[in-house]
Amino acid sequence: MTHFPEFSARETVKKVKSGQLSATESLETSLKRIREADNKIHAFLTVMESKARIQAEDIDHRARRGELLGRLAGVTVAVKDNMSTRGVPTTCSSRMLEGYVPQYDATVVERLRKEDAIIVGKTNMDEFAMGTTTESSHFGPTKNPWNLDYVSGGSSGGSAAAVAAGEVGVALGSDTGGSVRCPASFCSVVGLKPTYGLVSRYGLIAYANSLDQIGPIARDIGDCALLLDAVAGHDPLDSTSSPDPVRNHLESLEEPVDGLRVGVPEEFFGEGVDPRVSREVSKAIMRLEDEGVTTSKISLPSLRYSLAAYYVLAMSEASSNLARYDGLRYGFSHPQPKDDWESYYSRNRRAGFGAEVRRRIILGTYALSAGYYDRYYLKALQIRSLLRNDFEKAFKTCDVLVGPTMPVIPLKLGERIDDPLALYMCDILTVPANLVGCPAISVPCSMVNHLPVGVQVFAPFFREDLLLRIGRVVAQPLEGGLAV
Amino acid sequence: MNSSRGVQLGLKIGLEVHCQITSLKSKLFCGCSADYRRDPPNTHLCPVCLGLPGSLPVLNEQAVAASTMVALALGCEIQNLNYPYRKNYYYPDMPKNFQISQYDQAGAVPFAVKGKVSIRSANKDVAITRIQMEEDPGKLYYLGTIDSSPYTLVDYNRAGIGLLEIVTEPTLESPQEARLFLQKLRSILEHLGVSDGGLEGAMRCDANVSIAGGRRVEVKNISSFKEVERALGFEISRQRSLLAKGIRVPMETRHWDDIRRVTVSLRTKEEEHDYRYFPEADLVPISMSKEYILAVKAMMPELPDARRDRLMKQYNLPEYNASVLTRDKGLADFFEKSVQIYNRPKEVSNWVMTDLQRWLREEDVEIGESKVTSDMLVEMLSLIDNGTISGKIAKSVLREMVKTGKKPREIIHEQSLLRIDSVAQIETVVEEVFRDSPQAVEDALTDEKTVNFLVGQVMRHTERKADPEMTNRLVRRKLAQLCQKT
Amino acid sequence: MGSTEEQNCITLKQVEHVAGLARIELSEEEKQLLTIQLNTILDYFRILDEADTEKVQPLLSVLGLRNVWRRDETRPSLTVEEVLSNAPRKERDYIRAPRIM
Repeated sequence: MTHFPEFSARETVKKVKSGQLSATESLETSLKRIREADNKIHAFLTVMESKARIQAEDIDHRARRGELLGRLAGVTVAVKDNMSTRGVPTTCSSRMLEGYVPQYDATVVERLRKEDAIIVGKTNMDEFAMGTTTESSHFGPTKNPWNLDYVSGGSSGGSAAAVAAGEVGVALGSDTGGSVRCPASFCSVVGLKPTYGLVSRYGLIAYANSLDQIGPIARDIGDCALLLDAVAGHDPLDSTSSPDPVRNHLESLEEPVDGLRVGVPEEFFGEGVDPRVSREVSKAIMRLEDEGVTTSKISLPSLRYSLAAYYVLAMSEASSNLARYDGLRYGFSHPQPKDDWESYYSRNRRAGFGAEVRRRIILGTYALSAGYYDRYYLKALQIRSLLRNDFEKAFKTCDVLVGPTMPVIPLKLGERIDDPLALYMCDILTVPANLVGCPAISVPCSMVNHLPVGVQVFAPFFREDLLLRIGRVVAQPLEGGLAV
Repeated sequence: MNSSRGVQLGLKIGLEVHCQITSLKSKLFCGCSADYRRDPPNTHLCPVCLGLPGSLPVLNEQAVAASTMVALALGCEIQNLNYPYRKNYYYPDMPKNFQISQYDQAGAVPFAVKGKVSIRSANKDVAITRIQMEEDPGKLYYLGTIDSSPYTLVDYNRAGIGLLEIVTEPTLESPQEARLFLQKLRSILEHLGVSDGGLEGAMRCDANVSIAGGRRVEVKNISSFKEVERALGFEISRQRSLLAKGIRVPMETRHWDDIRRVTVSLRTKEEEHDYRYFPEADLVPISMSKEYILAVKAMMPELPDARRDRLMKQYNLPEYNASVLTRDKGLADFFEKSVQIYNRPKEVSNWVMTDLQRWLREEDVEIGESKVTSDMLVEMLSLIDNGTISGKIAKSVLREMVKTGKKPREIIHEQSLLRIDSVAQIETVVEEVFRDSPQAVEDALTDEKTVNFLVGQVMRHTERKADPEMTNRLVRRKLAQLCQKT
Repeated sequence: MGSTEEQNCITLKQVEHVAGLARIELSEEEKQLLTIQLNTILDYFRILDEADTEKVQPLLSVLGLRNVWRRDETRPSLTVEEVLSNAPRKERDYIRAPRIM
């Protein structure tokens, strides 16, 4: 295991700014590591070698001239392949967008560049972000860097694996029902889903637009905070982005946690959660108690409806968000096209979308169709309301809520691939945060059978600082044992 | 067809009018320039209006202001909280295969509801169901007609342009009423400065037509007012003939082909109307406060009915004149500007309402597009005043002005239209005519009709330039002279 | 069609209809498999019916933002080359689409 970056992203920035390290050196470390590890884990779809070199040279040039450098100076970043990058293929791991080269950058990508990060490449994901294991990628799954027979989690599997394997300093993923936190948990890294509206969605290819958020993935809490601060903040191009100024998350990181009140939802430790996972997370909670937090049992009664509500909303929104993919203006176009427009569309979409995407679009269309709207979509929005009330009630007596990130230990590749519903059930602990809109983080907790287990923290709106503080204390980063 | 006939048939017409908010500089949800008409295809696009993956809409604040003004002008109830919704359907002119629009059922709330448009000439108030904001799709081009074209060409320049959808209750009872309604609506929108109905494609409508005993048929693609009466007329005939054959009119959507002048069936499946409306989560709700509405109200320009009443008062015009003028904002503006320079309102209004409108129609141009200005009209009227040309000549001069844009003096000079009022000149012609028609001259001594014939001949010989009164006098004088001789 | 069980079933015909609405062509096998899979999932969704949502307001916009508007100003557009760069079929500067009827 050579070429693993020895220092954090924050350290990289310090060294690049002080001239101890060049951006080019930082990039070379990353590229070497990718060459070494990626043919085994397959985290990357596109490595932007020449573009990255140009970026690095530019940073070094300005550094030599003594110019002020950005917050992420010289940090190597991977970007999930559902974020628009000008001139670089953006596929959403789908045949539908294979070869699609966007003509604009997502706002977060612009901000990364502005802060002098080096964007190294685009990472693998579940097709159109629909999945929990990155197995639905048209280009093949991403393997877990801790054990190559296991999944990396999803849908941001590529980003999490790239960070875990040390291929890049940090990465951006997206989270609609747990897609940053799940792979973070399975790959033993830190993954944060911000408050809905904290990070701009402009340029994020939508899966479910009332639930999607872009989130940072890093090897430690500090790097997570660094990346969050660099990309968060109001964007006039996103009507749903919060107009409020962004907290400085790095600053409050070191604050002690004693006196904080931790709520432990009983539903998070009930049946449906692997008892080994429950055990490890309970140990983590005891570690918190050692640091002076008080814990109390709370209940989130609406949790039992949440998974169904999530899927109804996500599938319904997806059925509309993915309607634009018809092969006319961009995207997959069948080599033997039909000559009437309806058949042309139907054939392109059938061939361009994988089975899981087709399934969700069709079910989502059904849920929105005449006669079913009240029963499904509207009902799901009402349950969302109920769940928010549960959380608001909980946050009156607790500062944060803590539980496992995933109800299972990492799945073996192919383990649930033929059972869609069984796969959906893996999301039960992560979807509440998306439904409510509140921020949540997954940090490494421990291992079961040598497979990573993550602990999840929820906080009220715009209290990512609490997530990071608690996360810092409860995290148990794993030392060594990578399979690459 | 008139309304009473319509009532007999149990005719119900409802209109869904789509008006572009042409006062906007940019599109509804992005900064692309809205001035696309003269530009090559696919040059007014950005990630948002092209619907590129990852793009997001942001609402144009002036669209909200425009919608507020229209809602106020139509006497609608503006909703405190209204929501953008998605209307989901697939079509090649739709970049996202959904349209961001509004809705009025299942918890959705459109911008405004329940208004009315008064049409005095038809003695009718047309009830407005709702007003909502939405985006325009792109444009499709065919080789030949829609049903014979082997493929389609798409220009998305228009995609994302801001529209106001104004929907009437299905209470219109004839194609004529429909046209009058649209005319009034257009005048209101133009007076508000919100929409220039004369621009190509700026006002389009779909109609829902049913006759007692038949189902409702939607007719789409009616692109101008002239087409409305024709399209509705055709569709009503078509439905009547089906019913006459004992066939029940099926519920469907039909496309108006303005070249062949027929409606063509597009889709017959009921499920095509399942738009699966649900809230647009990329946009946030619109909250209309009393303060905002009052601020917009304070800035509202004069509406056609108010202007009609003012014209009647201010210029002492008959109601009829004032109504005709305010039916068309361009015409009313032209009138007032002309009266500013030449203070004879009744005279000016007559010229504007009759001859000017007539020549404009003949040239198929609107007053705004034509080259005739108020100054030019006034110049012409002054030339009649000081006797340079006759009123009759002026009509052709005006026609020429509309056709060519040339000034009156220029036209008169070019065509030597000057009124002939010198006694010597007319007398010469009178003598010529008398020489050419000896029998008539003899008859004229006793028969009044033949006198008029001779006058007419003189007028003809002078191409109507001779002053008619003087000609009459001189002909009679000459006849009198002849009488004396004999 | 009395019991709640049957009310939840999505039939093959419905799957065909919805796939048509979604403009996704399906083979016969796919339709059969999908009908089974969707029934399983819809069966799970029945849990929604158990929630008491009488008088509960639906929640869509979690931040409660209102009136997010932009000024009516123009910004540069993409060039026609950029617009057409990913289009599989074009003619002159138009996107070429199949026939309508």
